[in-house]
Amino acid sequence: MTELIILLIAIPVVLLVAGFGFLRSRASSRKSEVRSQIKDLRAQSEPAPINAARSVEEDISGGDAEVGVQDEAESSKPASFRERLSKARAGLSQAVGSVFSSDISDETWETLEEALIRSDVGIGTTTTMVSQLKKDAEANSITDPAELQARLAELMAEELADSDRTLKSSTDATTVWMFVGVNGVGKTTTIGKIANAEIQQGSKVLLAAGDTFRAAAAEQLGMWADRSGAGIVKGGEGSDPASVVFDAIEAATARGADLVLADTAGRLQNKSNLMDELSKISRVAQKASGEVTEVLLVLDATTGQNGLSQAKVFSEVVGVTGVVLTKLDGSAKGGIVFAIESELGIPVKMVGLGEGISDLVPFEPAEFVEALVS
Amino acid sequence: MFQNLSDQLQSVFENLSKKGVLSETDVTEVLREIRLALLEADVNLDVVKELTEEIKSQAVGQKVHEALNPAQQIVKIVNTELGNALGGETYEVTYSSTPPTVVLMAGLQGAGKTTTSAKLAKWFKSQGRNPLMVGADLQRPAAVEQLKTLGGQIDVPVFSEPTDPVQVAASAIEEAKNTGRDVVIVDTAGRLAIDAELMEQVRQISDVVNPTHTFLVVDAMTGQDAVSVAKAFHETLELSGVILSKLDGDARGGAALSVKKVVGRPIAFAATGEKLEDFDLFHPDRMASRILGMGDVLTLIEKAEQTFDKEEAEVAAQKMLQGEFTLNDFIAQMQQIKKMGPLSNLMALMPGLPKEVKDVEITDNQVARLEAIVYSMTEQERENPDLIDSSRKARIAAGSGAEPSQVAALLTQFKQMRKMMKKMGGFGTKALKKGSRKGKKGKKGKKGGRVTAKGGRVTPKGTAPNKVEAGAGLTLPGLNSLSTSDIDEIAEKLGIED
Repeated sequence: MTELIILLIAIPVVLLVAGFGFLRSRASSRKSEVRSQIKDLRAQSEPAPINAARSVEEDISGGDAEVGVQDEAESSKPASFRERLSKARAGLSQAVGSVFSSDISDETWETLEEALIRSDVGIGTTTTMVSQLKKDAEANSITDPAELQARLAELMAEELADSDRTLKSSTDATTVWMFVGVNGVGKTTTIGKIANAEIQQGSKVLLAAGDTFRAAAAEQLGMWADRSGAGIVKGGEGSDPASVVFDAIEAATARGADLVLADTAGRLQNKSNLMDELSKISRVAQKASGEVTEVLLVLDATTGQNGLSQAKVFSEVVGVTGVVLTKLDGSAKGGIVFAIESELGIPVKMVGLGEGISDLVPFEPAEFVEALVS
Repeated sequence: MFQNLSDQLQSVFENLSKKGVLSETDVTEVLREIRLALLEADVNLDVVKELTEEIKSQAVGQKVHEALNPAQQIVKIVNTELGNALGGETYEVTYSSTPPTVVLMAGLQGAGKTTTSAKLAKWFKSQGRNPLMVGADLQRPAAVEQLKTLGGQIDVPVFSEPTDPVQVAASAIEEAKNTGRDVVIVDTAGRLAIDAELMEQVRQISDVVNPTHTFLVVDAMTGQDAVSVAKAFHETLELSGVILSKLDGDARGGAALSVKKVVGRPIAFAATGEKLEDFDLFHPDRMASRILGMGDVLTLIEKAEQTFDKEEAEVAAQKMLQGEFTLNDFIAQMQQIKKMGPLSNLMALMPGLPKEVKDVEITDNQVARLEAIVYSMTEQERENPDLIDSSRKARIAAGSGAEPSQVAALLTQFKQMRKMMKKMGGFGTKALKKGSRKGKKGKKGKKGGRVTAKGGRVTPKGTAPNKVEAGAGLTLPGLNSLSTSDIDEIAEKLGIED
């Protein structure tokens, strides 16, 4: 009975507000109507041909140079992404070639589409990419299904080719990198790994234990500090995370450290109060003596379509500059980051490939995409 | 915002002529939409294929129901199928005849095993048991400390020792016997399903402790991979059930369906919040409409219960049902509702809202504007909006920085809502008192609520406000479609719930 009563209140009140907003938005202009029509069209999973075509053009124009750069990068980093990924995938990958018949048929397209869906690329992006491939195949008269698969990988890699994946440092103040994300994605572990890598390159690193909510989160970060040789600034459990981060940045400047890695508590993106807290942490961090040059969204490779919503909301709140994709050494392929990068323009910067302290490597689009389409 | 399945189906059916029986082509078209909706919700592709086949065989040749339109009919079939796929028997928590009853927790890294262990321990405590938690995650730094901290919060002891996980588990059983603990919850390290070595380790733990319940903890946000993970763990451990974590996020949670289908074991518990008490047995009926993005009345109610002052709400509801709801009440309830989070999130949970309304983006500014208008009224005006004539309207508009037409629109909507609620009130209370399910005869066409959508400019310039109020185009969108049958459905759901 109480439930129904509350419901009877809630529905009309929200409706009244909604109705008011509805009238206002209709009366104000037709723009929003057009916009929502476009949205509808998109939602019906039709590809957005204009956008897609444009980005391909851009990619092709800048494509060659990029590939060259990548090759160089690969050779200077032996046995990183590709080898580790294929090692993790050994025995998993299905022999896709054999699935294809000798001619391109409806079945071929379906197989390709299904591969992308199974990799969590998402139905919208999948439809866009496959229809792009169809046009491309027609234009280049591709008839071999296996070639088609390779071409799809190429197209997708081109889509990711233009992004800048370097982690930025400040030139004149203490560099601050903030790590955000939902619960359990591996923020703390990622910080430990990055701290280790940066220290090995000669940086002086300080960790900020900004996760004051989860039980023993600071202890966990403390163990990573010990392992990597980084300093750490902690607050008490339940203390204000913004001030912990602020103090850490001030301490880093005072001690002459180069880099502060700020941990934050995991939070689901639909919890508005927790997102407000994150926004405060970010604002306060910017007031400290350092410079926040990276806000990295840590994303679990097993995440499905919700990953896109995570990226959207976190970006709105704290301006995410890059994604760290963790746990890619499992059977999940993390395809949602393709949608995140192609739709929202947030580049994937690092990839976690294991539990060891050195198992975090730079992201390489070509290898990643290859895994998605197979 | 993603279109919900029922709206999508609605648009499919607009192109189809009305037929007495659903033909195979109709169904094929519709199945495509269902497939999209399920994939968007992260249901595994193989499971989607299987489900759509089942739905197809159900739907083809079905007579079009008198009271339901074809779209609603299909939605009903889909909902029932999903409900069946998710539900079956609810999980029965049994206890070993030779205590302790052992519960083994397993899953990927970051799924939420440690937090879930503590939540489960708290749940067992509430069942009058004496649980012991075991920290067998010696891999992740500070995992045992985390468990100990949580144990302290719920007053449950934690056993661990720095040996190896299998040894810890074995000693823990002895410890439980010695200290008279009748439930032992073993928290294990997160492991990848493809890590043969670690999977063997968890199998050994299982052999040693011989668990009564083995739970796989699955993150509600998991994508397509949920199936292979569940399969691998089931082959190694023979799961007795699944626990869904992080269900308080906005993921549709298709993984629940995938896992249930593959493992064939019920989803036993679901975690619905960060606090340790946010944990309960799983409700399959809610999950089906959530996966379809169809609104979830029960979740809405739960949210409301957390934030609303019950007595105040009851008084307000009473007033509303009698048509005495004032703008003062409105603004007071509005403050409560704002605490429930962004209004657009709430709207996603509402059943029966037409798409036009759901797509409206409500910003804080709009809400603030609305509040400003109401606060610019005098106490009397708020109690009795009929007092407001055009000169008062002009004053209120000037006071709140709004257009007089906006003030007029607000008042019109408010009055209409009040009228509507009075009507619904009569029905709602009757239905509740009798506890009867009224027929679906009262169903009004959804079209009625959309008149405004086609009405173009709602408040033409220079039109006298009074005239606007009389205009037929100013129905409150959404309220018409939320008529008797929806209320009936809500009542029905509640009936089942209680």
